Amino acid sequence: MSASNSIALEARDLTRIYGRGSEEVRALDGVSLQIRKGEFVSFMGPSGSGKTTLVNLLGCLENPTSGELDLAGRRIFGNGEVVGERDLTRIRREIFGYIFQNFYLIPTLTVRENVALPLAFYRKPGVEGEVEALLKQLGLEHRMNHLPGQISGGEMQRVAIARALVNRPEILLADEPTGNLDTTRTGEIGEILQQLNRSTGLTILMVTHNPDLGRLGGRHIEMRDGRACEA
Amino acid sequence: MISKFQIASKNLLRKKTRTGLTLVGIILSSWVLVSLLGFNRGYEKALNRDIDNMGYQIMVMAKGCPYEAATMMLQGGAGLRYIEEDVVKTIKARPEVDKVTPILMQAFFDPNKGDGGGIAGYFGVDLATFPAMKPFLRFHKGGWFADANAAEAVMGYEAAELEQREVGDLILVPEKNVQLKVVGILQRTGTQDDGTIFVPLRTLQKISGLDKITTIGIKAKKDADLTGLEASLYQLPDMQVVSFSQVKQTIMKLIATARVMVLSIAVIALLIAMVGVVNTVLMSVLERKHEIGILKTMGAMPGDIFRLVWTETLILCASGGILGIGLALVFARLSDLLVRRALPYAPGGELVAIDPRLSLLTLLTIVAVGLLSGMYPAWKAGRIRPLDSIRSDA
Repeated sequence: MSASNSIALEARDLTRIYGRGSEEVRALDGVSLQIRKGEFVSFMGPSGSGKTTLVNLLGCLENPTSGELDLAGRRIFGNGEVVGERDLTRIRREIFGYIFQNFYLIPTLTVRENVALPLAFYRKPGVEGEVEALLKQLGLEHRMNHLPGQISGGEMQRVAIARALVNRPEILLADEPTGNLDTTRTGEIGEILQQLNRSTGLTILMVTHNPDLGRLGGRHIEMRDGRACEA
Repeated sequence: MISKFQIASKNLLRKKTRTGLTLVGIILSSWVLVSLLGFNRGYEKALNRDIDNMGYQIMVMAKGCPYEAATMMLQGGAGLRYIEEDVVKTIKARPEVDKVTPILMQAFFDPNKGDGGGIAGYFGVDLATFPAMKPFLRFHKGGWFADANAAEAVMGYEAAELEQREVGDLILVPEKNVQLKVVGILQRTGTQDDGTIFVPLRTLQKISGLDKITTIGIKAKKDADLTGLEASLYQLPDMQVVSFSQVKQTIMKLIATARVMVLSIAVIALLIAMVGVVNTVLMSVLERKHEIGILKTMGAMPGDIFRLVWTETLILCASGGILGIGLALVFARLSDLLVRRALPYAPGGELVAIDPRLSLLTLLTIVAVGLLSGMYPAWKAGRIRPLDSIRSDA
C-alpha cells in the first residue's frame, strides 16, 4: 500500500537543547518535516547527529525545547505549554507502537503473554484476536508458549514488533531495530517491516545505522548536526 | 488475556532466592506476631477460667503471703498455716456470703514419684459444700464420695492418667500408709483440678491427725459488695484475705510487662521484615527500569505502574502472612509447651489461642504494613519516564 496524501505527522522548527553541566547541547536544530500516512521513512546519520532525538520527539517520548508538532492535524507540541507525562502517555497509546534495539521482553512471561502485555494497560476497541493474528502473521505461533530466553534474537524482535502492533497503532517507531541482530536476522526484520508497511499501510519511522536496512524505506532522511535533509 | 496480577506474580519469580528470603522474613514475623497475640488472649482466658473454676471469688487463710498462697492454691500446693474450723461459721453468717467451703491442703512425700521422689498433694474437701460450689465439675467415671468419712478419693483426669488409676483401684497415701479407694475420676477441665486428688475433709483430717483446715473458699451472693465483704473479712484476727480478682490483676500486670517487651520484639521483627520488602521491591523496580519505561510507551499510566508494583508487595505480604499464620496454627501446641516451660505459673488449658478473628487481624496488619512499605518503591516506579529508561541503556 503506498502512502496516502493525508498527513500523519508534521513538525515545524523542532528544536531540542539539552543541558550538560553549564554547556548547552543543541541535539536538534529547527527540524521541519511532513510525513504522510503509510510512509516508510528511515532516519540515518552518524552517532550524535540527532536522529534518535528527532524520532523521540516525533514519537511524543519527550517535549521539544521549541517548535511545533501536529499529529493527524492535532496540535501536540507548540501551544507554549509543556505536555505532561499523563497526556503524552494517552497520545502514545492511541497513535504509536515502539520497537527498540534491546527488545525489552519480560523474561518471565511467555511469547504470547509478552505480545498481549499492552492490553493489560490499554485496549483499543476491536483488537480482540489481534494477539493470535500477529503471532501467526509474524511466524511465532509455534513459539507462543516459549519464554524469551528460549528463542533467538530475531524471534525476540519479532515478538517486540507484535507487541508494538497489538493495539493497532497508526505509526510504528523503530529505533535501531536490528542493532543487536546478525545480517540474516537483520534482513528478516527489514522484510517484515517492509511487508507491514505495504500490506497494512502502517506508517513507519525507523532510525538505523545500517544502509541496507535504511534503503528499505521509501523515504530517507539524513541527519547531520541536529539538522535533517532529504536524501 | 493477561492481568496485572499475573504480571506482578511472575515478576516476583524472577529472583527466586531474593523473593524467597523476603518471604521467609514475613513468614517468621507473622508467625511470631500471631503467636504472641494468641498468647496474649489465651493466657488471660486461661487464667480467668482457672480462677472462675475455683468456684469461689475469695479465699481466707492464715496470715502469710497472699499471692504465694493463691499460687499454691492454684497449683495444688500445700505447706500453709492452719486455721480453726469455727471461722467457717463466722464467715457464713455474713449477709453478703452465699456459700462457704472449708478446705484442707496436705502434701506428703512420695518416694515412688518421679526419679528421686516427689510431693503428692491432697485436697480435703467438704462433701456437703464443695461440689455445690463447683457444679461444673463432671465425672469421667464414678462420682463423689459415699459419705463425709469415707476412705475414698476422687482423682482429677490427669492425676488418674498419670498414675494409671481406674475407679475401684486402691491408692496408698505416702508417709501415712493409708489406703483410699478411687470412687470417681473427673472429666478434663483444663484447670489445676485435673492434677488434684480430692479426699473427704474429715478423712484427710484423720489421716493428718489434725482438726483444722488451711483455707476457706467463699462465694458471694449475686450483686454483693465484694470490696465491702473483703474489708469485713480483713477484720478477722490473724486471717489473710485473697481476692481472686486482685490475684488475677497482679498476675496480669506481671504478664503485661513481659508482654510489652515481647510485643516490642515482634514489632521490631515486623519492621525488619518490611524493610526487607522495601529493599526487595525497590531493587526489583531499579532492575526493571527499562521494562517499566517500555510499559509506559505501551500506554501504562503512572497509576498502572504504581498498582503493578504495589500488587507485588501485596502478593509478598499476603502469601507470607498466610503461610506464617498457617505455621503458627500448626505449631500452636509446640508454642504452648515452650511458653508453659518459660513461665513460672501457667494456667491450665490452651495458652496460645489463635482463632480465625485473630488470624484475620494479623493478616490485615501484615498486609497493611506491607502496603505502606511498598508505597515508596511503587511511587518511584510510577515516576520512571520512558525516555530516561531508554537513554540509561545507551
